[in-house]
Amino acid sequence: MHAIYILWLRELKRYTRSRAQIIASLGQPVLYLVALGFGLGPVFRNSGNGSYLQFMAPGVIAMTVLFSSMFSGIALLWDRQFGFLKETLVAPVPRVQVMIGRAGGSATVALLQGLLVAVVCVIAGFRPVNLGLVPVGIAFLALTAVVFAAAGTAIGSTLKDMQGFQMVMNFLVLPLFFLSGALYPLDNLPPFLALLTRIDPLSYGVDGMRAMLIGRTHFGAALDAVVLACVGVVLMLVGAWRFNKIEV
Amino acid sequence: MIKVEHLSKLYGDFKAVDDISFEVAKGEIFAFLGPNGAGKTTTIKMLTTLLKPSSGSISMDGLDPVRQHNEVRKRFGIVFQDPSVDQELSAWENMDLHGVLYHVPRRLRHERMEQLMRTFELWERKDSMVKTFSGGMKRRLEIARGLLHTPRILFLDEPTLGLDPQSRNHLWTHVQHLNATEGLTVFLTTHYMDEADRVASRIAVIDHGRIVAVGSSAQLKEQTGKESLEGAFLALTGTAIREETAGAADRMRQAARMWSRR
Repeated sequence: MHAIYILWLRELKRYTRSRAQIIASLGQPVLYLVALGFGLGPVFRNSGNGSYLQFMAPGVIAMTVLFSSMFSGIALLWDRQFGFLKETLVAPVPRVQVMIGRAGGSATVALLQGLLVAVVCVIAGFRPVNLGLVPVGIAFLALTAVVFAAAGTAIGSTLKDMQGFQMVMNFLVLPLFFLSGALYPLDNLPPFLALLTRIDPLSYGVDGMRAMLIGRTHFGAALDAVVLACVGVVLMLVGAWRFNKIEV
Repeated sequence: MIKVEHLSKLYGDFKAVDDISFEVAKGEIFAFLGPNGAGKTTTIKMLTTLLKPSSGSISMDGLDPVRQHNEVRKRFGIVFQDPSVDQELSAWENMDLHGVLYHVPRRLRHERMEQLMRTFELWERKDSMVKTFSGGMKRRLEIARGLLHTPRILFLDEPTLGLDPQSRNHLWTHVQHLNATEGLTVFLTTHYMDEADRVASRIAVIDHGRIVAVGSSAQLKEQTGKESLEGAFLALTGTAIREETAGAADRMRQAARMWSRR
């Protein structure tokens, strides 16, 4: 347990010390919020869907968590090539503990980053409809963070170098975001798109958050929670398996 | 302390390590010398549980690194060829993390950390981020860290690569001192003949994955009829320059320089 804790703490320390990185990673969500939130606001309202800012804020928060947890999972690649990973791999600690410590740290960092963006959303005018449900919304966010931190760890354990990283960014992370319903309602989509959104785990994270924060849901909060939990368990197992396979 | 018999590691058809056997006695300083790509690091990785051998057997302090890897891991400390400290943490935090991973109880851990950091002249800088350290300081920190859990064997894989003569001298003085006072067994690889000549009690020359000669520096010189260890080494391994392709690590380093992250 101590090993898991100290590796989790390491991720947290690295995060809180890189202030520049924290600020920089706020740039993209703020841009989405301002450009799309206010830019598409009138169109959205005219189509009878209410405030677009209210609608997209949970999506932007989920996006932050997706990017942050995936990246810090994949940052394993750096540790792997620049050595620190070896230090943890020759230690007399089961690898699964090393993996859990790292992925747990990545998920925590992503959650903190998501909460930071949530504060920005509130400043921009976002208001949760029921404050009592906010903690449950945060739980959905945490679950989302675990899912993608595990995915990132699995990918980071598998990739060999930076070329692969670009592939993951373009063919996995961005599609996960754009197909999640973070930016648009999932109702009445063309069938192929509806199918894609349904197999995107982030859809359930966004939907669960939306259910709790603005009282609007597509799949139902119970299904969201079940899907996220199942995908989370599977990805943790895959992550642990891939991590176990690392040879340096 | 270390006993290796008919050890091989294959990558497809390529024999990185080809049927090597050797023994290292307790309290010995044993050096592995060989050109680039000779199989030095691969051998160390197999001894230290990072790679599984394709065939052959290893005994580390009587234990098998493949089956009893956690027990074996507690018994050695290692300084890798590439730095393996966390640059974003302080020297103290790096040491502490290591101690926790190796289950050193808190009180003892902090006592030993202070003692080792004083020995390796890092105590004044214990709270500085490692990224502000010079190459020599990082190396000293890695050695101090590798000794924190009182290992019986210390592996040093080209520990002086890129260090200035002062730092090199300093480092070997410490290592020799530890060997003499605590009976620490040391297994090292290096490209610098003068270092092997100075510190190693026995030397194995490895080339193309095979051990071509083993003995003390004097024995190797005698065997080849050369006056210097360098002469003996060249006589044993030839003068051809070894081809090395850029590996994934080199490409990463280039990318990292471009991205200037971490």
